[in-house]
Amino acid sequence: MLLIRCPWCGPRDEVEFRYGGQAGIAYPADPDGLSDEAWADYLFMRDNPKGPFAERWFHAAGCRRWFHALRDTATHRFLATARLDEPLPEAGT
Amino acid sequence: MTGPRRLPTGGAWVDRDRPLALRFDGREIPAFEGDTVASALLGAGIVGGFRSPILGRPRGIVAAGVEEPNAYVEVRAPWFSPILAATTLPVEPGMEVVPRPGVGRLPTEDVPARPSVHTHRHAEAVVIGAGPAGRAAAREAAARGERVILIDEGHRIDDPPADVRCLPRTTATGIYDDGYVVAYERAPAVDRVWHLRARRVVLASGAHERTVAFAGNDRPGVMLAGAARTYLERYGVLCGERAVVFSTNAWGHLAAAALAAAGARVVLLEPAPVDAAGVDLRGVERRAGWLVVGTEGDPALRAVRVRDPEGGEEALEADLLAVSGGFSPVIQLARAIGAGVRYDEARACFVPDGTGPEWLEVVGAAAGEVPPTAPLFRIREGDDADKYVEPQRDQTVADVASAVRRGLRSVEHVKRATYIGTTIDQGRTSGVLTVEIVNELLGLPHGSQAPTNPRPPYTPVPYSALAGLDRGPTLLDPVRTTPMHPAHVARGAVFEDVGQWKRPRFYPKDGEDMDAAVARECLAVRTAAGVLDASTLGKIEVVGPDAADFLDRMYANRMSTLPVGRARYGVMLGLDGMIVDDGVAVRLAEDRFLVTTTTSGAATVLDRFEEWLQTEWPHLRVWCTSVTEQWAVAAVSGPRAREVVAALELSVDLDPDAFPHMAVREATLAGVPARILRVSFTGERSYELHVPARYGLGLWEAVLEAGEPLGLEPYGTEAMHVLRAEKGYIIVGQDTDGTVTAEDVGLGWLVRTDGSDFVGRRSLARPELRRPDRRQLVGLLPEDPEALLPEGAQLVEGPVEPPAHALGWVTSSYRSPTLGRTFALALVEAGRSRIGTALVAPLAGGPVAARVVEPVLYDPEGSRLR
Ligand SMILES: [Zn+2]
Repeated sequence: MLLIRCPWCGPRDEVEFRYGGQAGIAYPADPDGLSDEAWADYLFMRDNPKGPFAERWFHAAGCRRWFHALRDTATHRFLATARLDEPLPEAGT
Repeated sequence: MTGPRRLPTGGAWVDRDRPLALRFDGREIPAFEGDTVASALLGAGIVGGFRSPILGRPRGIVAAGVEEPNAYVEVRAPWFSPILAATTLPVEPGMEVVPRPGVGRLPTEDVPARPSVHTHRHAEAVVIGAGPAGRAAAREAAARGERVILIDEGHRIDDPPADVRCLPRTTATGIYDDGYVVAYERAPAVDRVWHLRARRVVLASGAHERTVAFAGNDRPGVMLAGAARTYLERYGVLCGERAVVFSTNAWGHLAAAALAAAGARVVLLEPAPVDAAGVDLRGVERRAGWLVVGTEGDPALRAVRVRDPEGGEEALEADLLAVSGGFSPVIQLARAIGAGVRYDEARACFVPDGTGPEWLEVVGAAAGEVPPTAPLFRIREGDDADKYVEPQRDQTVADVASAVRRGLRSVEHVKRATYIGTTIDQGRTSGVLTVEIVNELLGLPHGSQAPTNPRPPYTPVPYSALAGLDRGPTLLDPVRTTPMHPAHVARGAVFEDVGQWKRPRFYPKDGEDMDAAVARECLAVRTAAGVLDASTLGKIEVVGPDAADFLDRMYANRMSTLPVGRARYGVMLGLDGMIVDDGVAVRLAEDRFLVTTTTSGAATVLDRFEEWLQTEWPHLRVWCTSVTEQWAVAAVSGPRAREVVAALELSVDLDPDAFPHMAVREATLAGVPARILRVSFTGERSYELHVPARYGLGLWEAVLEAGEPLGLEPYGTEAMHVLRAEKGYIIVGQDTDGTVTAEDVGLGWLVRTDGSDFVGRRSLARPELRRPDRRQLVGLLPEDPEALLPEGAQLVEGPVEPPAHALGWVTSSYRSPTLGRTFALALVEAGRSRIGTALVAPLAGGPVAARVVEPVLYDPEGSRLR
């Protein structure tokens, strides 16, 4: 079971968290300005890299805050976590 | 009384002052406190006693630990377990066991399982294995002031380090990410599952001795050399007086020395030169270059057939054949968390290659500190079909050869063809043997393929241990009840589970069945009044200056135009435009809304609100609070509902002009603060009475007292379903399934089209969601008014000729006492254009025809709501 460092609560067991998919996929400012293809891309298409991946996590059974994490999808290791109002973690930080 | 093989003295782990009796297969066996079932059996001179699972061949005890392939027992007293290794099971007072080869059997009657608890601990270091290397690591860590937990599967930890928490009789069953170790402890009175989170994990799990595949190697009396030594030193049991030791390495030679020192006549066969410097082999007859080529006995071992370096054979009389074909580091736990292995040619085994998580360290024999050995895995002489590689699957060299001949090259494939390594012992003694025999048969160098990938648990863990305290109906899954629950129980309600909630399904009277009770409850609501315990309704307060703006973004219809004191039905869509929940939003003040959700959707809706507020619109000043359990709700519904409510001490003008449908009042009810919502889920005039939870039971009793003289009946969820379906009101999750839009269920009118954005809106413009042949909600009236369509029934255009195109399916189906017939709701391709036509449900009992109708079958004008 992973040990995940919530930026608010510190390291806690994985069971307290819920996964929220890729980070940095903002709700489009003007959905109507997007073609059907571009909207479907926003809706359904996500990256699936092997290696560091910026993700959203939710401390569901804790402080109930969403936060960002950089996780290596090959090793499951959390490389960094950050509050939503902090810069999105990048590889190497 | 002691057994014939028990020496008069010795045995560091047994307490000779505390004799015990063990019942094995109906026989009484003497034992001591500290014995395992296996050591007691061997002490009593029981050489066989077990059988192989598939061929039923006589088998004996081979090992002294978890690597045992043969000696498994069912425990019948003082508690029950379907299958445990005799070699790790401590004898307890009153213990009764029977042999149980290979596969456990669950009893049909109730049996006492061992109690168990789960315990969580943090530590700087968890050390797995209390041999010399493990103890040294634990001592070192403790000297640094660290919290150290030292665990070992043996029932004693000798020479325990100071300031270290020692857990004997405990097996680490898995090492998981970030230093998480799960261990299973067989404490004397209770099983315990440990959840350990460590900064550092030291794996000092030692090495397992291997046997050699020679003809007759599964005969009772053939065992691992190290096991013979363990039984001697820990339990004072000499497994044979005339021993042949077949050893390729110095540790095997140690066993020969120990047996000789204890008085056995020992012949030591050394197939290849062994550096045994430091091993005192006085009294041992050492024969260099000799091999074991067969065994004799009926069935227990009487003689060992041996072959000298020139090829001459003879039979040596023996009652014990102790084998050591080398040692394999026990690194399953490390491999399962990502550590790699490399082949060590000098030791003919796989050792950790140093890769894996940085918090994991492998030390001692587990790290490869085992004696060198010649690579000897099988003896060429003799019948391959008599050389057992995997005793627990009765698989021999011939079976492995057959798999390879059939074209299987990978050990993973050979494993699946032979089932080698899929046994309760997880192939601990057979793993390396199989790999190297496969390599040899393929003409590959030793070490070309590593053993198959291990997975946790390392040893079997009883379900009773994993269950912990979560046994019985209350602790396995929490039960949620409403404040009115005692009244429902007193009335004899039949309950149904809705999530974790217990909700009254119906209230049978005088031996009524469900249909009769539901019909009576429905008619009461349609002709007089009924009351439903609606406390389980999800309730969320949405508060803040931007609350109205926020709800506009979350709902497909507009909530910001809702005046204070009014309620509005709304639907919430997913980003993909599909319905995810529905409910009523109430404006209690300019900046304060009460949002009701479905019973099952309450938590999900709150999660959605918080997610959007935190991740997309952090600038909105809105706070969400779940108040589901703070408010009890009695929904009074029916033509006489107003009279019922009027009889309560309510500080509200009930005149429909002053308090119309979809209005809300904050009031007092018998002096208690209350919220009254004029919303209806039945199609009848309704009053939802919300009071603080602690007044819920009193409210319920007051409603019944006021209402029963007027014909009011309490009704359950089943009647609620019938009543709402007669009105065509959907239930999210029953009439929708995540692929259904508001337009599909006839709620397109409430989706706003003024261009302002809300979650899911853009998706509604996708061509797929505008297709005219989408499935739409319709009503169905079976041609036979008694025919009840099963929910989920597929619908086709008749007559049924396969292959028929399924147009959709029945989502809700009931008998309606009001309509005097059965009816259903269904999702049907282009359903609205089919109104007036007939469809067929092809059912096992024959096709059932039904007419497609509007989904609202009762009071379509809504005149009864007022
Ligand atoms: Zn947190």
